Amino acid sequence: MEFRAELLYSKDHEWVKVEGDTVLIGITDYAQSELGDIVFVNLPEEGDEIKAGEAFADVESVKAVSDVLGPVDGTIIAVNEEILDAPELINESPYDAWFVKVEDFTGTEELLSAEEYQAFVEGA
Amino acid sequence: MELKTPLYDAHVKAKGKIVPFAGYLLPVQYEGGIIKEHMAVRTEAGLFDVSHMGEILCEGKDALANLQHLLTNDFEGMADGQARYSPMCNERGGVVDDLIVYKKSEDHYFIVVNAANKDKDYRWMAGHQFGDVTFTDVSEEYAQLALQGPKAMDILKKVTEEGNIPKKYYHAVFDASIAGVPCIISRTGYTGEDGAEIYLPGKDAEKIWDLLLENGEEEGLTPCGLGARDTLRMEAAMPLYGHEMDEETSPLETGLSFAVKMQKESFIGKDAIEKQKDLKRKRVGVKVTGRGIIREHQDVYAGGKIVGRTTSGTHCPYVGYPAAMALLDTAYAEIGTEIEVEVRGRRIPAKIVELPFYKRSK
Repeated sequence: MEFRAELLYSKDHEWVKVEGDTVLIGITDYAQSELGDIVFVNLPEEGDEIKAGEAFADVESVKAVSDVLGPVDGTIIAVNEEILDAPELINESPYDAWFVKVEDFTGTEELLSAEEYQAFVEGA
Repeated sequence: MELKTPLYDAHVKAKGKIVPFAGYLLPVQYEGGIIKEHMAVRTEAGLFDVSHMGEILCEGKDALANLQHLLTNDFEGMADGQARYSPMCNERGGVVDDLIVYKKSEDHYFIVVNAANKDKDYRWMAGHQFGDVTFTDVSEEYAQLALQGPKAMDILKKVTEEGNIPKKYYHAVFDASIAGVPCIISRTGYTGEDGAEIYLPGKDAEKIWDLLLENGEEEGLTPCGLGARDTLRMEAAMPLYGHEMDEETSPLETGLSFAVKMQKESFIGKDAIEKQKDLKRKRVGVKVTGRGIIREHQDVYAGGKIVGRTTSGTHCPYVGYPAAMALLDTAYAEIGTEIEVEVRGRRIPAKIVELPFYKRSK
């Protein structure tokens, strides 16, 4: 199980990468391993709002569908179309397979560090 | 409280992801994941623990007469070791369970039933018995392994003598043995591939599981969980009790008329099934043409109205597209009909296609 020190994490198993004025959001290694083989992704559109704790996308594995919840508030300025055509990238490389890029974001102070997230997952 | 199969420790050791299923703790998948396991069974071989399945003996001078009365298929004229699939119906013509009957010898039959139904089935059988017959639930005595895939029989040949291997599909050798362990080897399965199901004493299950994996390494034998078992049977369009059939569904609607022998003098449910012949709905194959995955219990729309519901659905790894089975109004069941399936508030375009989605080349 991989936890990357440079990322922030939500308790709903999303990761957030802060890059200046924008953040990239994806799902964690733990999330992809719990879901199993991912075969379909539904993404929002550019310009959509994202809200902390509310579903903005969904991922389907062979067995089940799961909502992906917003780890922060903000406005979506880009979606990663690559994972629409190749959802298996999320299993193969969860920290590179970002879902959305968000600007005007707030709420990162609520997120966990890698260390805190690892303790949360391992305690779960 | 869930029961453990005799292979529970082996699954944990192999990093199986354990889930409760039909009262048992079983692996839904191992480390490689469902798709890899599914593809192994289609191209090489897979090994499943299906010890949760139930086994019931039917013995006595009137065993055959009881089976003829209880079940819709015809069990006259079977050879020793031969197997036959059948629905077991209630008086309303709904399905109590679907099962496989093996003729062990004259007056001795071995019946394999669904795990979730075994207590209900036993009560149903014992509750309708007549004459000289005894039904015995022997589920606790048997573990069951399913060795499936194009290389399954090659692997089996490495661990047992030729004489222990049934030559024909739907036949079994009752007095077989593997590495000194007495077992029943049956040429059956639930994947759409050639292969065998092995019934053996629980205490020897881990030994034979390990032996098969060792001997099948070269052939790519992969341990497989419940997830792949479901996607494989779905792709091969094999109906599953509780999905494509239940006590309120006619076996004719599910497409099991091949196992409902109306020329038999009488059996439980015959009168009701007689009246079902003008089918209002039937099981169809659904192929997604839009974007999305269809699951079970989703409404199917055609011509602006609901015309049925899906009964099973998933991404089918080998054929490479999402598919479902559905019970649809017969007016909309024709191959090629364009439909939509409502998935969490969204309508996904799909069409009716022929079943099965996958058929192995012989």
